[in-house]
Amino acid sequence: MFSRKAIIRLSTVFAIISWVGLLFTDLSVVFSATNNLKPGISADIPPVMLSLFILSLFIFFKYRIEKAESINFVDLLWKVFVTGLITTIVSLAFRLFLNLLGSTKLVQNVIFLDFIYLINLGLICSFLISTFIVWKRLILYQKSKFLLTVWQIFEYSLLFSLLYNVLPIPAVRDLEEYYSVLLVLMGVFLSANMKWVAYLNFKQKWKSILLIALAMFYLGYFAFTLFSLASDIAASTAAFADFRSNVFITSLIAFIFIYALFSLLVILFNLPTSSVFEQKLEEVVNFQRLSQSIQTEQSEERVYDILLESAVSTVFADAAWIEISSNGQKSQFYTQGITVKEIEAIKKHISDNNVRGVLDRSSDKTINLNKYLSTLKGSRFRSIMAFPIYVKNQQLGTLALLKDVSDGFNKEMTKIIDTFTNQAGISIENFRLLSEALENERYKEELKIAKRVQSSLLPKVLDHDGDYEIMAFSEAADEVGGDYYDSYRVGKYKIALVISDVSGKGTSAAFHMSQMKGIFHSLAQLDLSPKDFLVRANKALSFCLDKASFITTSFFVINSKSKTVEFARAGHCPTLFYDAEHDQASYFQNKGLGLGILRNDEFGNYIQTNTFHYKCGDIVVLYTDGITEAKNAKGEEFGYERLQKFIERVHKKSVQEIQKDLIRELYEFSGTRSIDDDYTTLIIKFK
Amino acid sequence: MVDIKRIKEGEYEVIAIKGEVDASSSIELDSAISDAINDGTKKLLVDCTSLEYISSAGLGVFMSYIEEFKKNNVNLVIFGLNDKVANVFGILGLDQLLKIEGTKMEAKALLG
Repeated sequence: MFSRKAIIRLSTVFAIISWVGLLFTDLSVVFSATNNLKPGISADIPPVMLSLFILSLFIFFKYRIEKAESINFVDLLWKVFVTGLITTIVSLAFRLFLNLLGSTKLVQNVIFLDFIYLINLGLICSFLISTFIVWKRLILYQKSKFLLTVWQIFEYSLLFSLLYNVLPIPAVRDLEEYYSVLLVLMGVFLSANMKWVAYLNFKQKWKSILLIALAMFYLGYFAFTLFSLASDIAASTAAFADFRSNVFITSLIAFIFIYALFSLLVILFNLPTSSVFEQKLEEVVNFQRLSQSIQTEQSEERVYDILLESAVSTVFADAAWIEISSNGQKSQFYTQGITVKEIEAIKKHISDNNVRGVLDRSSDKTINLNKYLSTLKGSRFRSIMAFPIYVKNQQLGTLALLKDVSDGFNKEMTKIIDTFTNQAGISIENFRLLSEALENERYKEELKIAKRVQSSLLPKVLDHDGDYEIMAFSEAADEVGGDYYDSYRVGKYKIALVISDVSGKGTSAAFHMSQMKGIFHSLAQLDLSPKDFLVRANKALSFCLDKASFITTSFFVINSKSKTVEFARAGHCPTLFYDAEHDQASYFQNKGLGLGILRNDEFGNYIQTNTFHYKCGDIVVLYTDGITEAKNAKGEEFGYERLQKFIERVHKKSVQEIQKDLIRELYEFSGTRSIDDDYTTLIIKFK
Repeated sequence: MVDIKRIKEGEYEVIAIKGEVDASSSIELDSAISDAINDGTKKLLVDCTSLEYISSAGLGVFMSYIEEFKKNNVNLVIFGLNDKVANVFGILGLDQLLKIEGTKMEAKALLG
C-alpha cells in the first residue's frame, strides 16, 4: 500500500510526535505530582506515548535496516556502531550541559531532570531497536523453519509487552517479572545462533570485535545514565515513565547485551581458526578454477599453470614443479620458486636413494615422503610431496610440491592435492577430446569439399544423338566413391560411352576414379576401337593403380549412322540388353578382364569385342555391382534376374521413368536408403 | 565377419576362408597369403567352401599376388566356390588368371 520510503518517513514523523507527546505529558504529570496539583493529564498517558514511540521506532528501523540489500556483516555492525556513536554524542552533550550548570537550582529541579531523562530514554530506544533489527539479521542468517518460528514468537512477545504497559491490569502486573525472565531466556536461546561468525575472515573478525565492544560500551553507558537519572527522579516522585518497570526496554537491554557478549566471545575464540576456514574456502575456489579451466582456457599449458598455482597456494608450498613427459621426448617443466637444475638434483637424489613412489613413473601411486629430502645436502627444501597426473589411465606427468621445513605436509593436504591433480587430468582429457572433435569436424568439412569436387567430375548431361535417350544416376556409399560414367563425341554420328567401377570404396576409390576420367578423355579423342581403348587404358593404369586395386570398365561406341553399338567389357558387370522385337532382355556374355589386373601385354588376349544393331525400343542398361549386390534384410542380393525381369516389365516407359522406378525398386528391396556400396545406372533407350 | 585358418596338409597348405571378405577383412586374407608365401609354401590351396561373399577389395588381394606367384614358382588353386562367388570371379575375368577347381581332391590333383 505504502512504498518503503513513505513508511520510513511516516514512522519518523510518528516517532517524533509520540516522543514530544511523551515529553509533555510526562513533564506535566511529574509537575502536578511534585506540586501537589490536581493532575490535568492522567498518569496513564505517558506509558501509552512511550509504547507508541517504541512502535514507531520499530517500524522505522525494520524498514530502514531489514529491507536493505547488503548482507555484509561488518557493514551491519558498523550501523550499530554509528547509531550508538550518534546517540552517545547527543547524550554526552546534555551531560556536559548539565555539568556546566554545576549545582545550580535548575539541576535540582525534578522537571529538568525528567526532561534530560526523557531525552536519554528516546536515544536509548532508537539505539536498542536499531541494534535489535541488526541482531535479527545476524541470527536469521542461514535460518531454518524452527529458528524462524522461535524468532517470531520472541519478536511478537516483545511487541506484546508494549501493550502490557498500556493496560494497567493489576493481576497481570504481578506477572511482569516472570514475563521479563521468559523473554530473556528466549533471547539467550536465540543468541546461540552465531553462524555468520564463521564467514568472517581474520580482518573482519577484528573489526567486528571492536565494533561490538564499542556497542556494548554505549549500552552500558546508557543503562548507567538512565538508572542514575531514574533513581534521582524516583527520589522525588514515582509518577513518571520509569523505564525500569518497562518489560520491553529491560528485556531488550538484556537481550542485546547477551547477544553482543556471546558474539564477542565466539568471534574471539574463532580468531585462531579463521585461517583454516579461509584456507578451505580458497581450496573450493581453486578447485572451481580448475574445473572451469576446461571451458575457458585455450591451451593445456594454462591448465598446468592453474594447477601449479592452486596447489602451491592451497598447501602453502615454498616451491613446486610439474613435469610433463611424453614418450621419447624431453620432459617439459612448469616451475614455481625452483630452477630446473635444482629439480634435476632432487630427482637424482631420490633415485640414488632408491626411493620408490616419489616421482616414479612406474609406480601407480606416488606418495607423501617427507623425510627423504632431509639427507639432501645443499638444498633448501626439507619435504616433498608428489602426485601423478593421469589422462585416460596413462600417466602424463607429475606434480611435486616442496617445503623448506621437514614434515611440512599433512594428510589433509595430500587429499586435497590428489583431488586437484585428478581434476586437472579430467580437464586435460576433456580439452583433448574437444580438440579431437574440432579436428573431426574439419575432416568432415574437407570430405564435403571432396564430395563437391567429385560430383563435378560426373557429367551433368551426357552427349547423345537424337537417335536415343540417355539417363544416368549415381550415388556413393561414403562421401566420395569410385563409380564413373562419361560420354565423348568422337564424330558427327559417333559417341564414345564409358562406365567404370573402381575396386574398394571411399577416398582411395575416388582418387582412382578421377584418374579414369583423365584416361577416358585422353584416349576417347583418338577414336579407338573398344578393345584398343581398354588395352591402352590398362597400360596407363598399370602405372597409376596400387598393387591390389583394379577398375572394371565397359566401353561403348554408338554409331547412329550405321545404328550399331560396338563395345568391350573389362571385368565390368555384363551389359543388360532389352530386345524390343523379341520382347526379352538378356546379358551379353562376352569375356573380359578388369583393368589393372594383368599389367602386361597379355591383357589384350582376354578382351572380347561385341557388336549389335539396335532398333527402335531397344534398351541398354549399364550399372555397377552396387545395384546387383544390394542386399535386403534377409541377406539376399538384388541380383541379375530381378534386374532383367524389371526391364522387361517397364520397357515401355521413358528412360526417366525407368530410372526412377529402378531406384525406387532398389530402395524398396533393400528396405533402406543406405546401401553400403557405390551404385550407378546408365540407361539408353533407342528411338 | 571373416575367419581365416591356415592348415598344413603334407606338402600342401590350405587357407580356409569362412564368412564374408570385404574391404576391412581383406587385410586378414592378405596377411594369410603373404605369411604362407614367406613360409616357403609352394603348393597353396584356398578353401572357399564357406566363403559367402567377396567384395572387389577381396578380389584385389588374389589379383595382387598373381605376379608374385609366378616369380616365386608358387602354385595356388582356389576350390569350393559357390555359384554366386564363382560368378564374381568370372565377371571380373579372374577365372582366366587363377586356377579354380570344384573340390579339394581336384585341386590337389591339379597341383600334383
